[in-house]
Amino acid sequence: MGTEQATSDLAVRLAGVTKRFPGVLANDAVDLDVRRGEIHALLGENGAGKSTLMSVLCGLYRPDEGRIAVETDGRLRRVDIRSPRHAIDLGIGMVHQHFKLVGNMTVAENVIIGREGTPFRLDMKRVGSDIAELGGRYQMPVDPDAYIWQLSVGEQQRVEILKVLFRGAHILILDEPTAVLTPQEAAGLGTTLRTMVADGKAVIFISHKLAEVMAFADRVTVLHQGRNVATLEVAATTKQQLARLMVGHDLASALDKGERIPAEPVLAITDLHAANDRGRPAINGISLSVRRGEILGIAGVAGNGQRELAEAVTGLRKTVGGIIEVRGVDCTGMNPRQFIEAGVVHVPGDRLGVGLAGNLPVADNLAMKSYRRPPLAFGPFLNRRAMTSAAKVVIDSFNVMTPGPETPARNLSGGNQQKAILGREITAARKFESGAVLVASYPTRGLDVGAVESVHQRLFEERGRGTAVLLISEDLDELLGMADRIAVLHGGKVMGIVEPANTSVEELGMLMAGESKG
Amino acid sequence: MDLVESILSIATFAGTSLIFATVGEIFTERAGVLNLGLEGMMIMGAVCGFAAAYHTDNAYVGVAAAFGVGAAMAFVHAVASITLRTDQVVTGLALTIGGTGLASFLGQKIGPGGGPLVGLTGPRFVELAVPGASSLPVVGEAFFNKDLLVYSMYLLVPLAWWFLFKTRPGLHLRAVGESPQTTDALGVNVFKLRYLYTTVGGGLAGLGGAHLSLAYTPGWTENLTGGRGWIAIALVIFATWNPARAVIGALLFGGVNAIQFRLQAEGTTISANLLNMTPYILTVVVLALVTYLEAFRKRVGAPAALGLPYNREERV
Amino acid sequence: MFKLEKRLETSRRVVWGVPILSLLLALAAGGLLLAAVGVNPLTAYASIVKGALGSRVAITETLVRATPLILTGLSVSIAFRMLFWNIGAEGQLVMGGIGAAGVALFGPTALPGLPQTPWVYLPLMGLAGIIAGAVWGIIPAILKSAMGVNEIITTLMFNYIAILTYQYLFTDPWKDPQGFGFPGSAEFGRFAWLPRFTGRLHLGIVLGVLAGLLMWIVLTKTRWGYEIALIGENERAARFAGISVFRNIVLVMVFSAGLAGLGGFSEVAGVSHRLLQGLAVGNGFSGIIIAWLAKLHPLRVVGVAILLAALFVGGDQIQITLGLPASIAQVLQGAILIFVLGGDIFSRYRVLRVRTRVAEQEA
Repeated sequence: MGTEQATSDLAVRLAGVTKRFPGVLANDAVDLDVRRGEIHALLGENGAGKSTLMSVLCGLYRPDEGRIAVETDGRLRRVDIRSPRHAIDLGIGMVHQHFKLVGNMTVAENVIIGREGTPFRLDMKRVGSDIAELGGRYQMPVDPDAYIWQLSVGEQQRVEILKVLFRGAHILILDEPTAVLTPQEAAGLGTTLRTMVADGKAVIFISHKLAEVMAFADRVTVLHQGRNVATLEVAATTKQQLARLMVGHDLASALDKGERIPAEPVLAITDLHAANDRGRPAINGISLSVRRGEILGIAGVAGNGQRELAEAVTGLRKTVGGIIEVRGVDCTGMNPRQFIEAGVVHVPGDRLGVGLAGNLPVADNLAMKSYRRPPLAFGPFLNRRAMTSAAKVVIDSFNVMTPGPETPARNLSGGNQQKAILGREITAARKFESGAVLVASYPTRGLDVGAVESVHQRLFEERGRGTAVLLISEDLDELLGMADRIAVLHGGKVMGIVEPANTSVEELGMLMAGESKG
Repeated sequence: MDLVESILSIATFAGTSLIFATVGEIFTERAGVLNLGLEGMMIMGAVCGFAAAYHTDNAYVGVAAAFGVGAAMAFVHAVASITLRTDQVVTGLALTIGGTGLASFLGQKIGPGGGPLVGLTGPRFVELAVPGASSLPVVGEAFFNKDLLVYSMYLLVPLAWWFLFKTRPGLHLRAVGESPQTTDALGVNVFKLRYLYTTVGGGLAGLGGAHLSLAYTPGWTENLTGGRGWIAIALVIFATWNPARAVIGALLFGGVNAIQFRLQAEGTTISANLLNMTPYILTVVVLALVTYLEAFRKRVGAPAALGLPYNREERV
Repeated sequence: MFKLEKRLETSRRVVWGVPILSLLLALAAGGLLLAAVGVNPLTAYASIVKGALGSRVAITETLVRATPLILTGLSVSIAFRMLFWNIGAEGQLVMGGIGAAGVALFGPTALPGLPQTPWVYLPLMGLAGIIAGAVWGIIPAILKSAMGVNEIITTLMFNYIAILTYQYLFTDPWKDPQGFGFPGSAEFGRFAWLPRFTGRLHLGIVLGVLAGLLMWIVLTKTRWGYEIALIGENERAARFAGISVFRNIVLVMVFSAGLAGLGGFSEVAGVSHRLLQGLAVGNGFSGIIIAWLAKLHPLRVVGVAILLAALFVGGDQIQITLGLPASIAQVLQGAILIFVLGGDIFSRYRVLRVRTRVAEQEA
C-alpha cells in the first residue's frame, strides 16, 4: 500500500476505473483523487463519462476494471462497492439531478423514508429538530413540516442534501447541482458546500458550467470521451484552458457549403419566454430567425432550453411571452395542428415517445401528417390502400429498412425509425412551395454512422430546396459541418450566434458553458 | 328511543361492515393498488363466515374464515395486478362477479347435507352492553350496546389511523402509493408491501361481510351485501384515504338508511330511492373537488400512483 | 428464480394457445367446484351447452340475452381503446331505457299529432335512448378531460345514481295506476314494441350486429378511427400529429355511452315493454368482460357476447334440469376472466429461469 502519510488526506481514490456498455466505452482507465475538505469539480460535455463515473462510486454500477478506495475511520481502504446501500454505509451520498422526492409528503418524512435506524413509532418532532439543526449548521434552512410541493427547487435540493447527510454521508456527490437553481439559490448552495467541506467532508460536483466550476471548486478534473484529460487547481487555470480541454482539439473544420443567397426569414422568434414541465422558466428571451435555404444550428448542453424551444416552435408548448412568426404570419399561441398547417414540420428528439406510435404499423405512422387530405382521405373515410402505397413511396425513397409497411414501428432499428420520421416530415414539407420550416431535434442521436450520413444528406437536400432548417444537436462536429450559423443556448438564452467558418473551439466551449460573447 | 338516538344506533350498526371494508380498501389504495373486488370479497366473507360458524357452532371460527377467504381472494388480485401486471380494474371486476356468483352458489350448497344456508340460524355476535357507558344518555344505547365486532371496529379505526400516520411502516406504505419509483430507490420493497396491504385489505372486507351474516342480519340470504362493497370504494374517496374520516362516510351511508326508515315510518313522501342517491352524488362532488382544487389534491388527494403497475425495469 | 422477459414476436401458437389454455384451466377449476358438490362436471357442462344451443327456443333465448351484451360490449370496447375506463355502461344502459320508456309512455299524450306506428315511435325511442345514454356518459367525460377527475369512480357512481333513478321512476311517478300494486310502469302501446322474429327474439339483435359492423368500419376505415387508435397507442404522438385529445375523449364517450343507451332501448322496447325491475342485471359489467376478452375488436365482441349469453342461458337451464344454482354461470364467467387475464401476460412475456446472480468479479 502507498505511503499512508500521502494518502491520509484523501477521501476517495479511483484508480484505473473502466466501465463499458454495449458499444460504448464510458470510462477509460480514469484516475481520480478527491481530498477531504475540498470541493472537487468534474467537468465535461455530455457523454464525457462524468455521470457514469459517479454512478460507479455510489454503487449503481460495478466497474469493469480499476480499484476504488474510500476513507473509513481515518484510513483509506480499498473497497468493492456492491450496491447503493453499501455506498451509503461507506458514507458516500449522491444528490441526483432529478430529485427522488415524494411530492405529497413533508420534508421530514422524505428524509427518513427507507433510512435504517428509524424507530417503529415515529418521532417526527425529533426528526424535525435534527433537520433544523443540520440545516442551520450548513446554512440551508428548510422547514421540516413543509410539503415538498410547496418548496422551491432550491429548497427541494436542500432536502436531498439533508437526506444524504442524515444517513451519515461524509463524501457528497452532486450531479449538475445548479442546473435548476436561480443565481441566488446557486450562491446559497455555494455557501452550504463551503461550510460542509470546512467541516471535513469531501464534495464532488458534476458540471458543464465553467462559471460555477471557477466559483465553487478547489480543484477540477476534466473528462473528455471517457478519459481524465487533466486535474488542475482552479486557482491555477483559466476558463479558456478549461473550455479547450472540455471540448477537445479534434473538431472537424467547417465544410464549405458553397455560396448561399441570403433570403427572407421563414421563422422569426422574438423575445420568446416559456416554462418547462416543472413550471420553471426554460426559455428566457430568445430571439432568432431562420432564413429560407438555411440551416441554423442550436448548440448547447442538453437541458438549457433546447427541447422547450423545439416544442414552442411547433405548438406543443405554451409560451408565456414573445412572438413566433412563420412566413410573416403571427403564429404565437397556436395549437400543433395550426403550426402543421402553417408549414412547420418536426423531427422530435424522442422517437418512440413522440414521433411514432410503436405498436402501430409503419404505414399508419407515416400517415400522421397526411391523413387529413386526399389521396389518403375521402370525406370522413380513410383510404387504406392509398395509405399503404404512400407509405411504400416513403419507405423506398428514404431507404427505410422494414419487412413491410404493416410491421409495427417499434420493430424497426433506431436508424430506420429516424429515417421513417424524417421521410414523413420531409414529404409533408414538400407540400409547401413557399418554404417550410423543419425543426430537427437531435436527429442523429443513437444512430450508427451510416444512418447519420443519410440523415445529414436529407437535411442538406432540404436546405437546397429552400426549407428553413432549425437543427438542434449536442454534437459540435455535426453542427460545424452542417449549419450555416450556430446559435448557442445556455440557461434559456442565446449566448451568441456564430458562423462555423469564423469561430473557434474555445469560443464555442465558452458559449456553451455560459460565457456570453464579448 | 328518540330520533337522534335511533338514527345513531342504526347508523353505527349498519355502518360497521362498511367501515371494515373501507379501512381495508384504504390500506390497499394507499399502497397504490385499486381493488374493485371488494363486493365479491365481502359477500364471500359473509357466506363462508356464516357457513364456518354454523358447522363449528362457533362464531369466532366464522370470523376467522371470513377474514381468510377475503384475504385469499385479495391475494389472487395481488398476484394478478402486481406480478402479472394485469389491468387492475378488470381483475377486480372479475373477482366481484366471480365472487358474487360463487357466494350465491355456495349459499345453496354448503349448508347442512349439501343444502342451502338460507333461513338457517347460526351462532352470532350478540349485543354486549359496556358496563357504565351503556347507560349514558343518547350515546349509551347507540354506541355501547352493540356486538363485539362493532367494538372491534372502534379499536380498528384509531389503530389504523395511528399506524398509517405515526409509524414507520405506515410512512413507507404511504410513500409506496405516492411514488413507488422513489420508494424503491430508497430501499423499500414495493412489491412486498403492495402484496401485504392488498391481502390485508381483502381480509378486512371479508370481516365486513362477516358482520353482516354473523350480527347484522344475521344469517344468509341471496345478495346479502347488496352493493356495500361498491359503496365502500366510494367511501374511500369520500374519506380522502383517511381511516378517521371513513367513519364519517360510513355513518353517512348508514345514517341515510336510518333516516329513510324513520321518515317512511312517519309517512313522508320522499322516495327511498332519491334519498339513497345522495351519498353517491356527494362522492362525485368530493372527488371532483379533491382532484381539481390543487390545494386539496396535494394534501388529501388520491395516492399519486394509484392503479398504476410498477415495473422496476421500465424507467421513464 | 424466474424472470419475465418480453417476447419479441408472438407466434400464432402463443396468441391462440394461451387464451385457450386459460379457458380450459377455468373450466377445470369450475369442474372442481362442481365435483365438490357432487355433480359430474362433464354432465353439467354438456347440460349448459344443451340448454343454450340445444333447441330453437334455446338459441333464440341466447340471442335475446346476447343483444344488450353486444351493445354494452361495443360501448366499453370503444371507450377502452382510448384508455377511458368506462365502468358506467350499466348506468348508461339504464338511462337509455328510461329515455326510450319516457317517449313510449308520454309521447301519445305529449305529442298527440304523432302517428302511433312503430315506424315513427321506434326510431324516436331509439334516439331518446341513445341521447339519454350519451348525456349520462358525457358528464364523467368532461369531468375527466377538463378537470382530470378519475373516470373509474365517476362512471361507477353514476351507475348507482342511474339505477336509483330508474327505481324511483317505476315505483313512483311512472308507476302503472292499473298495476295492482306491482312496481313497474304501464305497458307500452304496441306501436312502441320492437318487432319479434320468433319466440322472444326481437329486432334488437339486428341493431347489435349492425352496431358492431358500424364500429368496425369506423375504426378501420375512417379518419376518426385512425385518430382513436393513435390516441390510445401514444397520446403524445397524437398531440404531435395535431389531434385534439380533449375533443376526442368527449366524442368517444358520446359514442360509447350512446351505444349502451341503445342497449337500454333494446331491452325496454324489445323484451319488457315497460319499465320495471330487471333492467339493471349486470349487462354493463359483463360488457367490460366481453370487451376485454374480445381484445376490444368489434366483430369479436359480437361473438364473445353470444358465447357469454349462451353461458348464462345454459346456466339458467341447469337450474331446472340438474337442480344446480344458476349462479354457476357467474362463477364460470369470473373464473374464465381471471384465468384469461392472468394468462395474458404469458402471451406477451416469456418466463425464464435465472440463476441467482453470480457474485460479480472482484474489482
